[in-house]
Amino acid sequence: MALLEIKNLSVGFDTSTGQFMAVQGIDLSVDAREVLAIVGESGSGKSVAMLAVMGLLPKAATVTADSMIFDGHDMLTMSGKQRREIIGRDVAMIFQEPMASLNPCFTVGFQLEEVLRFHMKMDRPTRRKRAIELFKQVGIPAPEERLNSFPHQMSGGQCQRVMIAIAIACNPKLLIADEPTTALDVTIQKQILDLLVSLQAKHGMGLIMITHDMGVVAETADRVIVQYKGRKMEEADVLSLFEAPKSPYTRALLSALPENATGDRLSTVADFMKNEAASAGVAP
Amino acid sequence: MSEIVLEGRNIVRDYHVGGSLFAKAKVVHAVKDVSFTLEKGKTLAIVGESGCGKSTLGRILTLIDPQTSGELLIDGKPINIAKDRITPEMRRKVQIIFQNPYGSLNPRQKIGEVLGEPLLLNTNKTAAERRELAMQMLVKVGLGPEHYNRYPHMFSGGQRQRIAIARALMLSPSLLVLDEPVSALDLSVQAQVLNLLADLQDEFDLTYVFISHDLSVVRYIADEVMVMYYGEVVEYGTREEVFSNPQHSYTKTLFAATPKSDVESIRARLARKKAAA
Amino acid sequence: MADTTVPGGTSTESSLWRRIAEFWYYFSENRGAVIGLCFFVLLVIIALLAPLIAPHGPADQYRDAVLVPPYGQEGGRLTFLLGTDAVGRDILSRLIYGARYSLFIGVIVTTIALIGGIFLGVIAGYFRGWVDSAIMRLMDIILAFPSLLLALVLVAVLGPGLVNAMIAIALVFQPHFVRLTRAAVMSEKTRDYVIAAKVSGAGHLRLMFKTILPNCMAPLIVQATLSFSNAILDAAALGFLGYGAQPPTPEWGTMLADAREFISSGHWWVVTLPGLAILITVLAINLVGDGLRDALDPKLKRS
Repeated sequence: MALLEIKNLSVGFDTSTGQFMAVQGIDLSVDAREVLAIVGESGSGKSVAMLAVMGLLPKAATVTADSMIFDGHDMLTMSGKQRREIIGRDVAMIFQEPMASLNPCFTVGFQLEEVLRFHMKMDRPTRRKRAIELFKQVGIPAPEERLNSFPHQMSGGQCQRVMIAIAIACNPKLLIADEPTTALDVTIQKQILDLLVSLQAKHGMGLIMITHDMGVVAETADRVIVQYKGRKMEEADVLSLFEAPKSPYTRALLSALPENATGDRLSTVADFMKNEAASAGVAP
Repeated sequence: MSEIVLEGRNIVRDYHVGGSLFAKAKVVHAVKDVSFTLEKGKTLAIVGESGCGKSTLGRILTLIDPQTSGELLIDGKPINIAKDRITPEMRRKVQIIFQNPYGSLNPRQKIGEVLGEPLLLNTNKTAAERRELAMQMLVKVGLGPEHYNRYPHMFSGGQRQRIAIARALMLSPSLLVLDEPVSALDLSVQAQVLNLLADLQDEFDLTYVFISHDLSVVRYIADEVMVMYYGEVVEYGTREEVFSNPQHSYTKTLFAATPKSDVESIRARLARKKAAA
Repeated sequence: MADTTVPGGTSTESSLWRRIAEFWYYFSENRGAVIGLCFFVLLVIIALLAPLIAPHGPADQYRDAVLVPPYGQEGGRLTFLLGTDAVGRDILSRLIYGARYSLFIGVIVTTIALIGGIFLGVIAGYFRGWVDSAIMRLMDIILAFPSLLLALVLVAVLGPGLVNAMIAIALVFQPHFVRLTRAAVMSEKTRDYVIAAKVSGAGHLRLMFKTILPNCMAPLIVQATLSFSNAILDAAALGFLGYGAQPPTPEWGTMLADAREFISSGHWWVVTLPGLAILITVLAINLVGDGLRDALDPKLKRS
């Protein structure tokens, strides 16, 4: 059985101009020990779908799904209290802006230990020991000293490592990474991606990578879902996606990569858009 | 050899930070001793990570900030804005395009005013002439005259970047500094904007300084590449030289870190993963 | 974020309508703000049409009807709906005319404070350095005094009267606008579009007032609304202390001052009604201010 299984998920937002459907009928499943990449451009609803799973959407959003089952628990009928217990412990999430995800008023050590106290009910010395161990795992040098640092005293890459340490603190079964490296430099991106993938393999977690970057997909994923305007365009394992993309949108996206440029010009997604617009009348 | 549009000789830029009543100011060297020449119609890419001084250098080239020392020559004429006033002729030669298309357009200004402003401030053209030129420029960057009376918030990121490009071209500059012009855009839109930049370069014989952290884009667009690291130029040469035979260890690290999305690399990675499991 | 062209037909007018519609959507989510706005509009209409609506002149004294209680109370008369004061003037009529004064005070004080504050704030925020220090320290000095006390001192120097009171209050409100403008200008100044305008060749004046200022207006509008109600309050306070509008002007604060001797007597209406008028007006304007903040401040906008 899959770790997370979602059937026919839709998310709508109430706005001043009526309801806007950010996600329309997405099916999704992740197994333990699997890296699933959800790739799409801005506005494709890739983050919204995962925020809906986490229950982190604002009140203006309405979430509907046929089923949303995580590790045997039905997330749809679950009470807020049950959900909070699972989220943060069994499902963890890291975000794009590591600096903004950490509270600037507290040391990173305090923020990490807070999670351990809340979810694992550890006492103080055990917490400290575990925190040091976690910092070592995510590759922060001199963990004893770094625990007492404030977020602004660390670089972006270091902060993202702290976020990962907080995320894996309770040995989650599923880790959702929302554009974890978009705000980071290429060399740091490489380190963070390697760290995420090695942690995933070591702990046997499920990992969902939300990204817009085909390079990140190619470097990390086992299986890929391509999303466009709230709909799923294609689902395939990573090799066949890059080797023989089935959906015209994926094909267009791949040929728009500068490294795939043939001759002087890049192919664009515009042709795909045209087809999309033409078939909009008959599409379901 | 064709004419040289832009030349930098030992450009240095220092920042004084801190420096209050009680603390002594610290000097940060943002750009250290940078020299280069750029021929007309070519593209120089400046590559580096955040904080390496590439944007500071871009601002010096665009005459926004003065250099602390060193010489900057545009079309063979030395200019130092710390000493001289910028003449409208100088202004017209170099323009800039920013990374964030959402921040670079005044939200309270209609597109027509955005495009007309450089003409209004630097030329004696009448309102009708300005309008005419702005309409033509909109068509050139792939928008339409019907966009003339709209506000920036009605456009998508890619369209806004087109408007920013149109504004930069209104004064027919010879040199365009592009500060990460496609980093904030979606992949599909990025391709369109890169194509547009290539077309415009051919049409107007433009010289580009292309600041970027994305090596795949640089490889696509650049003629010459300059790699910066902590304010210093660690690698400078033609695209072929730099990409096929990088000399400095930092350049090599940078290349190794860039994600590879070709089928062979994916296959190799999956094989490694299988072996490890 | 598709780079496709928006279908034609969206002209400027429809964009303006859409912006108004969006503004109204966020504004009307705040029920209190809508009620406040309704009351405020009503007040403006009453003030404009005062000579037509008011049953009596504001200074007409009816010697046969001194301290008549409101209609419905024992001894109340239909001609004096809200009763009369100690010299037989109709309180309803005086309140209606008083609305004119209150609105007038609000508009003038806010305008003076806004214009001065914007001017100084933009200069301070744009140039920084010693200009900024000089302006801001001066504002700090003004802020160091309790506002009503400072207004009192100024009126004492200038001489009592409505005009002098308004000038004094405007001066006291100045620092709030200066600080707000300065902060907004400082954050807008580093934005790319300002640098782009600079690269286009825009001079200091153009950058300050044409490029930056229009983008700083949202917080200023909110502050202006709140100052509007504060101005009415302070003017009423000065009037009550005898330094604002002078009797027989039917200004609400002055009316209160006239009724001071009845505070502990049985003639409650002489005191209560002007007080209520001030209270409700200030409350309504503050509610509108809250609604404006919700609608104009993007940081508080809920998605």
